[in-house]
Amino acid sequence: MGLTGSRVRRSLALMWRGMRSHPGIYALAVGASAIFGALTVGVSRAVGWATDAVVVPAIAGDEVARDRVWLGGLVLAAVALTLALSVAGRRIWAGFGVVRIQADHRTALTRQYLRLPASWHRAHPAGQLLNHTTSDTEAATGVFNPLPFALGVVVMIGVSIGMLLTIDPWLALAALAVIPVTVAVNAVYQRHMSPAVTRAQRLRGDVADAAHESFEAALLVKSLGTEGREEERFDARTQELRAANVRVGIVRSLFDPVIQTLPAVGTLLVLAIGTWRISTGDVVAGDIVTAAYLLTMMTVPVQAFGWVLGELPRALVGYERIAQVVDSTGALAYGDARLPQTPGQAGLAVRLDGVGVDVPAISGARGRTITLLDSVDVDVEPGTTVAVVGTTGAGKTTLVSLLARLSDPTRGHVLLDGVDARTLADGEIPAHVAFVTQTTFIFEDTVRGNVTLADEGAPGAPSDDDVWEALRLARLEDTVRELAGGLDAPLGERGANLSGGQRQRLAIARALVRAPRLLVLDDATSAVDPRVEQEILRGLADRADERAAGQAASGTGSGAGRRSGTTVIMVAYRMSSVALADRVIHVDGGRVVDTGTHDELMARDAGYRELATAYEVETERREQERADAAAAGVLDDELEEVAG
Amino acid sequence: MTAATDERDVPDVPEDLLDADGARIESTSSLGVFATLRRGIEISPEIARGIWVTLGLASLAAAGRVVVPLAVQQTIDVGILADDGPDAGRVALLASLAAGALVLAGLCAALVNVRLFRSAEAGLATLRVKAFRHVHDLSTLTQNTERRGALVSRVTNDVDTVSLFVQWGGIMLLVSALQIVVATGLMVVYSPVLTAVVWVAFVPMFLVIRYGQKYVNRAYTLVRERVGAMLGAISEAVVGAETVRAYGVSERTGRRIGGAVEDTRSAQARSQVLVAATFSSGVLISNLVLSIVVVVGTLLGVGGGLTAGQLVAFLFLVQLFTGPVQMATEILNELQNAVAGWRRVIAVIETPVQVAEKPGATTQERGPARVTLRDVRFSYPNGPEVLHGVTLDLPPRTKVAVVGQTGSGKTTIAKLVTRLMDPTSGAVELDGVDLRDLTFASLRERVVLVPQEGFLFDGTVLANAAYGLRGGAAGPTTGPVAEPVEITPETRAAVEQAFVELGLSDWVADLPDGLDTEVGQRGEALSAGERQLVAIARAYLAQPDLLVLDEATSAVDPATEVRIARALDSLTAGRSTITIAHRLSTAEASDLVVVVDEGHVAEVGPHDELAAADGIYARMHASWISQTR
Repeated sequence: MGLTGSRVRRSLALMWRGMRSHPGIYALAVGASAIFGALTVGVSRAVGWATDAVVVPAIAGDEVARDRVWLGGLVLAAVALTLALSVAGRRIWAGFGVVRIQADHRTALTRQYLRLPASWHRAHPAGQLLNHTTSDTEAATGVFNPLPFALGVVVMIGVSIGMLLTIDPWLALAALAVIPVTVAVNAVYQRHMSPAVTRAQRLRGDVADAAHESFEAALLVKSLGTEGREEERFDARTQELRAANVRVGIVRSLFDPVIQTLPAVGTLLVLAIGTWRISTGDVVAGDIVTAAYLLTMMTVPVQAFGWVLGELPRALVGYERIAQVVDSTGALAYGDARLPQTPGQAGLAVRLDGVGVDVPAISGARGRTITLLDSVDVDVEPGTTVAVVGTTGAGKTTLVSLLARLSDPTRGHVLLDGVDARTLADGEIPAHVAFVTQTTFIFEDTVRGNVTLADEGAPGAPSDDDVWEALRLARLEDTVRELAGGLDAPLGERGANLSGGQRQRLAIARALVRAPRLLVLDDATSAVDPRVEQEILRGLADRADERAAGQAASGTGSGAGRRSGTTVIMVAYRMSSVALADRVIHVDGGRVVDTGTHDELMARDAGYRELATAYEVETERREQERADAAAAGVLDDELEEVAG
Repeated sequence: MTAATDERDVPDVPEDLLDADGARIESTSSLGVFATLRRGIEISPEIARGIWVTLGLASLAAAGRVVVPLAVQQTIDVGILADDGPDAGRVALLASLAAGALVLAGLCAALVNVRLFRSAEAGLATLRVKAFRHVHDLSTLTQNTERRGALVSRVTNDVDTVSLFVQWGGIMLLVSALQIVVATGLMVVYSPVLTAVVWVAFVPMFLVIRYGQKYVNRAYTLVRERVGAMLGAISEAVVGAETVRAYGVSERTGRRIGGAVEDTRSAQARSQVLVAATFSSGVLISNLVLSIVVVVGTLLGVGGGLTAGQLVAFLFLVQLFTGPVQMATEILNELQNAVAGWRRVIAVIETPVQVAEKPGATTQERGPARVTLRDVRFSYPNGPEVLHGVTLDLPPRTKVAVVGQTGSGKTTIAKLVTRLMDPTSGAVELDGVDLRDLTFASLRERVVLVPQEGFLFDGTVLANAAYGLRGGAAGPTTGPVAEPVEITPETRAAVEQAFVELGLSDWVADLPDGLDTEVGQRGEALSAGERQLVAIARAYLAQPDLLVLDEATSAVDPATEVRIARALDSLTAGRSTITIAHRLSTAEASDLVVVVDEGHVAEVGPHDELAAADGIYARMHASWISQTR
């Protein structure tokens, strides 16, 4: 939706696109404005007529005229009513147009927010994104308030110019002399205003961003007692915005009076030139009166053009800031492949083939990249449980997020049941793969809504029984039963009324209710009590077994001895969880160090051994220390005794 | 250890439980229009600064604008239509006089605008900052009663709503009032009767406006609320982008936002209709008055009370009168818009601070911290009691581990010790002084909490860790800790040193840019565990006397966790730590274990003792051992 070309071109395109998107409304608004223009002439004509034909003769004693006083009043009243209606119509439709275009911008922006990948979001502050939907949207549409007015009276202005021309070309020239001046003034204005307003809108975004980030960090700010520091930070940005807004204000303050004065200057010019033309005998005095009158009447409509011009720089800046987001690319492309359904095999086979992930460095030289994963080859049998183990920062999260296609690898392929994830149709992966992130995000919705993530009664939405079953497996059933409202209990923003562990279990229920063929748990139980975690993981295994048994009983089962339930890939730290896995993948420094069973890795992988036995070793070390300290104490005592 | 007892570890409760105590952020204040204006100016007096000079200049500008049509009329009447033909000299004179007035009026108008922009923007900046600061001063419980996105709109968009009125409306309202008075005075000179007619004719309009304003105000208030709700919804989609993607629910989320966008649009459209109705009724009555004056004036003229010339002149004056009246209706609408926004900002500023600093609160010397809880009870507003009389004495230089099932009240204790909340009854004391008698500056300097989800600001690892440094660097200061820390070579060295001391230098070295690695929005370029590492370094750099860690290493791998614990052990010698953890490795390493069970302290003692006894802790520990080996 970006605009190209000169500023004039972009301005015209901006206005044209806005009006074209709601042609009906703008036809009405401009129409009402045109009627208003005609009626403005009408009112003065009517007053003139009433004065000449009714008032003056009536006061002079004309009986007929006196009887027409009421008629005169009625005519004036009727014109007044129509005029008021046209004003109402113009304003209502112009207002409708503005709010519709605003809604369009907001929809386009938020659709894009939903489409763009997490990497884009990491680089774009939430406060800025919110600001696009408010301040920038309002800026981009501000020009549409006076626009219908200005366009509607174009005809009126045209007619007036025509009339002026028929009276006398010199008079017309005098009146029109202000036009090039207006254009020049406007050019100067636009040149000063554009950078000022660009800066102001950017700073507006910065202020929103500072506020958003600081409010998100509210708990941290409180716990460190840095309210004063945050206030200073916010104040610094606010003062910058203030200065920028004052600068915009000053430019506007100088422009507006000039533009408002120009029509009057035109009128005075007409009077001066007119006097000269009368002296040369080319026009008569009455012509000047008519011309001056025409110009006086034109003042307000011409000012409407001034408002349009005044709003244009801000509109362009706002629009371009929005367009930048709407035109952003980077949303993942989808193919049209579907995942094959193999009878008797519920779980997905997962294969990572020479996978590498580079991300652009946020700081530093342009084009510099950072390698997060390199040469990763992983093969996971369907229905098995695999633990991904590694130190903090090893690349585990990056690895597992590829499986849910939260991003694509830079090199290599991610294959689900042998199909490249990139070729799958939109929606295919979420339908079969459930990914539970480290930090749970809870929507401001009911428990049910947060588990199903679907509208109640929507086709394909899980039933309440399914939801309860998922909650039971996630060991959250009893908690929810105790909530007032049960499944209908509202959860506050970000699930603020749940504990960390409860949030994580809710996220697990959210994954389980989808009966996924691949379940990815990215350290999704870190805030859950170890025993509850055990219950959850065992519950999963049991369910897989039940399914396998069910399928075996119905004769479709093919896996002799092999589990055919959900494939589970989990990032885990607790050895008890790791012990539940069929295989372990040890990741370090963005590479797979070793793969095998827990026992195999313990035997041959020193790094793994260090991770797996960290607590044990630490306990031993501590006990040793205590023993040493005790021994030293005894020694000290002995030494003292000796000394004593 | 069943899920049944698994309740509310984090002290945040459904919003509807909070309103009774006035602890929630109201959607809007209940002040009337004038009270709102008065309060608004009280909060940011800059708005009204120099108002009388500005008003004088604005009146001049308005007068100048009236002079021009008068001059045109005069020029035509006495210059061009002069009895003995057009008088070029007179026309030139009048035109130059008018041009002079025009230039003067223009200059005055420009000066007025500049003055207004300056005072308005200064006032709005103050309003923003005051509201922002107040949000941070509110208790965590109160903060959680409003969506973050909507809170942002209170200091941005809602404030912007006020700007149009304070930049232009306020002064124009005064000027319009002045113009109305002047025009009335002039009209009275020509015809007192007709003036009375005009005023009487305007009575219905004043009534309509009075009545209509209520609706306009409501409509604008609704718009503000809907915009706030819309921002809340959009903020959710932005912050929760990953979840939305992972579950393929963009369409539904988009629909929900679409609903909020549409709600906003319909509320805006409604307000537009009302505004247009009020304004056009002003236009209607102004023009009707014109026709009434024509009729009544003619009848008066026929009766001999008025000449035709007087009537025509009066008609001109009526237009000088109706112009400002129409302008005033426009401004009154704008005033309602401003009031709607203003009230929302004022509502934030007027929200009572539940956990506040007492007047005359004292400061404390730094040093080893002893924490005492005396029969502490706590319940959430309108909620059940979650701590039932906890008494604890935690001596200085002690490493305390608080363990217990989820929902036992561990986190509540952490939040009481750090005074994020105050106990319902009983007292929490630091070195014998009730926390409520300490200044926040002193308390936060001595006691620091590391929450579970380590929030990082967009910036480098270095900047985030340095955030913990107190202004004025090292050394015990009792003053406020407000100054932002600049990144100097010294701070860099201090941060580097901290990571080394915490045994995290390897991790830093592995980062793409070391300490200069950008962490992205909310730190999302790092994993949850890595964010916790930075959060711990940050708290460590704050050098508190008491460090309270609430599951601060829950997402960190065991080897790193053990390394940090060991580092903290040796480095916090002389300091106290209170650690809340699921991982009992922490308890093993502590001096004192506190077992909390269903809001009571069940067991207190050293690890060895409790592990040997046949109690809750022994069972927890046995289960822990079986899970980790």
